[in-house]
Amino acid sequence: MTPDEIRRATIRMSHEIVEKQAGTAGLVLIGIQRRGVPLARRIAAGILEHEGVEVPVGALDITFYRDDLSLIAQQPVVKGTELPFDLNGRTVVLVDDVLYTGRTIRAAMDALVDFGRPQAIRLAVLVDRGHRELPIRADHVGKNVPTSREEQVQVQLEETDGTDGVVISRVPEPAVTAEPVG
Amino acid sequence: MNPAAPDVAREPTATEAAPAIPAVDAAPEPQSIPWRHRHVLDVDVLTADDLDLVMRTTDAMREVLERPIAKVPALRGRNVTILFYEASTRTRVSFEVAAKNLSADVVNIAASTSSVTKGESLVDTIRTVEALGAQMLVMRHSVSGAPYLAAEVFGGSVLNGGDGWHAHPTQALLDLYTMRQELPGGSVEGRKVVILGDVLHSRVARSNIWSLTAAGADVWLCGPSTLLRGFEAWAARGAAASRRFHVTSSIDDALRDADVVMALRIQRERMASGLLPSLREYAARFGLTRQRLAAAKPDALVMHPGPMNEGVEIAPDVAVSAQSRITDQVTNGVAVRMALLYLLAGVAEGRGTVDGR
Repeated sequence: MTPDEIRRATIRMSHEIVEKQAGTAGLVLIGIQRRGVPLARRIAAGILEHEGVEVPVGALDITFYRDDLSLIAQQPVVKGTELPFDLNGRTVVLVDDVLYTGRTIRAAMDALVDFGRPQAIRLAVLVDRGHRELPIRADHVGKNVPTSREEQVQVQLEETDGTDGVVISRVPEPAVTAEPVG
Repeated sequence: MNPAAPDVAREPTATEAAPAIPAVDAAPEPQSIPWRHRHVLDVDVLTADDLDLVMRTTDAMREVLERPIAKVPALRGRNVTILFYEASTRTRVSFEVAAKNLSADVVNIAASTSSVTKGESLVDTIRTVEALGAQMLVMRHSVSGAPYLAAEVFGGSVLNGGDGWHAHPTQALLDLYTMRQELPGGSVEGRKVVILGDVLHSRVARSNIWSLTAAGADVWLCGPSTLLRGFEAWAARGAAASRRFHVTSSIDDALRDADVVMALRIQRERMASGLLPSLREYAARFGLTRQRLAAAKPDALVMHPGPMNEGVEIAPDVAVSAQSRITDQVTNGVAVRMALLYLLAGVAEGRGTVDGR
């Protein structure tokens, strides 16, 4: 995806999210560390532009909720959770860069319910690359990118990587890295 | 990023010269610093990068402690066994709360009520608790070095909860965390930190020397000369290994413009050994009073590892003053221990897989 495609997809998702909610009442965006957070901010900026409403944005680190802590060699560095609002009765839109196995989202939902009882949890991702291992689907998708398991999808964002783009690369085997995406 | 490898975490010769402090000029991506220690036996093998990683992970644990449900499933299904051969309330409970906040299964063994009283050796006890499912072992022992022996035998990770006069790494790390949290600028670098009292018998002081000098603090040890014996020689060796610290019996020199003053507990049994004439004399000459504290910086932090003898090493009004961070130390202790349990859990898989073994 080019920077322009990422921009258009983000704006479209911001429209979709408001449309599905029939407004912005009760809406909060929660980005999953790391690249979900700047994406959530961009979507919030899009909503502000079109609706004139500032939707609260939070950050969620799901490290402590991962189910693969015993599989990876090193503990991942925790990047911090910041949810400066009450989740009870809200519609939470989880935002992440890549949806892959669905395990990150499963962990994120486990984490969320420890903070409160949202009225609904929805999911927005920039890239859906398939290969789900759990019964999870995204409500809002920037782009569906068919991939094989041998490929690695790397989303790059200005805020975290200095440039916007999506890079698909071939890796020798789907090794469990310290920072799997999706 | 490959800091000077502290690959001797299991070596029982903890009082050897410390590894050189690695240059901290490079500012690497946070993820790129791996945690490479299987055990936490002392802080002497921790580099400045290791300390940074512990501090950052502790930040995350502080955030967990503030959640409506202060519990995360990171260590679910792991067995943390707490084996204490010495009396302790705060450290033992702190470890227990930390392990439970990470959803670990906690087994508590007090040596006074176990088969140890029937003559079971330390090694046999450790083999037994491992056979009973212990994956991480938190241990306190009155003999210096006992956790190093435990680490030789135990298949999982050993955390030292205090051994003899030797080391109390989690206390040193929570002290460092508290200072970084409370000092303006968030760093101890160049700050004057005074450790006041019975340094000779203090594992807290010994571990603090390692971590504070690694973090760049200006460390001053102060107390009656009988309770500083041997530390001048250490200071001379430390200076050679760029671990500089000062030793003095002049409380005025020590407290002048201090940023942090940490009072140590005076144990009553020291009187019997003739090292101190009386508690009253100690309190009069070295007790941390409001008048003495006035020589330090106006907002100097007052700390104490506990348990306190109020009126002996620290005046009651100082202990509860606005400058006191003693209760923060206790809260931070839970967060630091959560951070260490979490970091160790990543390397606890399998025997002899890390630290070059």
